[in-house]
Amino acid sequence: MKKLLSFLRAKWRLFKFRRKNRSLAVDLSLIIVLSGIGFVSVWPLLFIINAAFKPISEIFLFPPRLFVQNPTLNNFFDLGVIISKSNVIFARYVFNTVVITFLGTGGTVLFGSMAAFPLAKYKFPGSKLMSSTIVYSLMFNGTVTAIPNYIIMTKLHLVDTYWAIVLPVVGGTFGLYLMQNFIVQVPTELIESAKMDGYKELGIFFKIIMPLSKPAWITLIILSFQSLWGTTGGTFIYSENLKPVSYMLSQIIAGGIARTGTASAVALIMMAVPITVFVISSNVLETMATSGLKG
Amino acid sequence: MGRQQVLSKPSDNKKYKLTVKEVWKQHKEKYLLILPFFILFFVFTFIPVVTSIVLSFTSFNLFEFPKFVGLDNYINLIAFDSVFLIAVKNTLLFAIVTGPISYLLCFMLAWIINELPPKVRAVMTLVFYAPSISGGAYMIWKLIFSSDAYGFANAFLLKMGLIQSPMLWFETKENIMPILIVVQLWLSIGVSFLAFIAGFQNVDKSLYEAGSVDGVKNRWQELWFITLPQMKSQLMFGAVMQITGSLSVSGISIDLVGFPSVDYAGHTILTHLYDYGNLRYEMGYACAIATILFFMMLFINIIVQKLLRKVAA
Repeated sequence: MKKLLSFLRAKWRLFKFRRKNRSLAVDLSLIIVLSGIGFVSVWPLLFIINAAFKPISEIFLFPPRLFVQNPTLNNFFDLGVIISKSNVIFARYVFNTVVITFLGTGGTVLFGSMAAFPLAKYKFPGSKLMSSTIVYSLMFNGTVTAIPNYIIMTKLHLVDTYWAIVLPVVGGTFGLYLMQNFIVQVPTELIESAKMDGYKELGIFFKIIMPLSKPAWITLIILSFQSLWGTTGGTFIYSENLKPVSYMLSQIIAGGIARTGTASAVALIMMAVPITVFVISSNVLETMATSGLKG
Repeated sequence: MGRQQVLSKPSDNKKYKLTVKEVWKQHKEKYLLILPFFILFFVFTFIPVVTSIVLSFTSFNLFEFPKFVGLDNYINLIAFDSVFLIAVKNTLLFAIVTGPISYLLCFMLAWIINELPPKVRAVMTLVFYAPSISGGAYMIWKLIFSSDAYGFANAFLLKMGLIQSPMLWFETKENIMPILIVVQLWLSIGVSFLAFIAGFQNVDKSLYEAGSVDGVKNRWQELWFITLPQMKSQLMFGAVMQITGSLSVSGISIDLVGFPSVDYAGHTILTHLYDYGNLRYEMGYACAIATILFFMMLFINIIVQKLLRKVAA
């Protein structure tokens, strides 16, 4: 009993590692609230993971069960068979997605942050107009702009290329708006002193702004990756060998009720990739945050 | 002419004499930094948006050249389209409930998580972010609220003996809105949540130490006096995201309750837009809907920003 208590106390110190001014009661109640909401939140995650390993007999079980009883890899084998029969080899779809995601995410982070810096930190002719145009265009719905966009793409001969997906994403205002809101917080004194040292805006951007807004652009990488990973190409890419992997997988799911098992395997794969990126990025973020403290 | 006269005033010389060339010389690097983004923004966001607004004054079926009809689309929408009014009512109700709640929820969760040790923090962030990480994860709710006895909710209630026959969740008018609100709340711990988490990480840690020397007693005071003022811009960002997000609900409505929903109970402005844009190909009308939504968001946004500024100040 004593051992347990001291163990608990040691664990408790882990929670209170940061500061002393925390009351135990509030800590406890907040943790209860957190786990309550977390329980509701994590449910789909558990469901998708379990469903992927369910044999057919359990998928259609009544009453339905959340947890799998006799896990099997059959769903993945079935998926493998379907993939191997595809006309365009699977690796090509993966390659397409990698290129689109890489260009789109890289472009959003780089161009978005580059433009966000002057808009957040300086006043110059046109800066206010540009800022407000950018925020306001966040509020216009994409369904109707798809048609003018398609016409522009046709005129620029970009339809059925990767650029048809990548360029509108990079030219979207979300990334810039996110970066702008973080870069505003970079202390102006730092920028001033860098200016004294002879740095121009471009130098300040790479030497000061980017390192100091790491949490922001890592968040942006996560969000941007996630949306690009899910893109199916829609009407903008019609050549089968340029289609991304999520399109191919969604076609497999469209096979109806007989593909229910395969579909749950697909759902797991579609979710596993962004989660992996998320975990890696947030790990990078954590190590940077702690190393930043020491430095 | 007026400007010319001002220019000749000696006292204002410095302010107004800047020619394009001088502006360029002074701010060259700033413009160059913005340029790559701005070209893409202009071509792929700005022009399409302006085109859509122009198209909202036309009748356009995608095959023939748009025909100018003046304000007809807007008049029809507001005066004669009773379904649109239902959509506006639903959307506003939806936004008023989900917007503020999910905003507070995102902030609160991010704040509690921020207190945890790094490893636990990473896991918890993932747990809360899980619903929005996979695009179609909300389809699970279709299984939960499936109207036969195979649905989780029905199976559970039947087993408990609370109901005798399966509930028709998505087929009953009264159930649709509450279910959509629950799903949206569950789904909405997304972009603003991550932005808040990053915002908390961005707060200068030395401020907390300085604060505790200055007599900040507990976490509430710390939140109010130190953290909140430091996170003003993230709070603004989150607000804009919540407003646009909660007013542009359509996917979950179409996928969960079907389109059109029973008695238009799940009909929102965007499903109305989907109807005219993607099913009827009345693009002029669809563009008018988008433009009205745009101005609604703008209006709400200005009000909320004013409110937030007051709170923050």
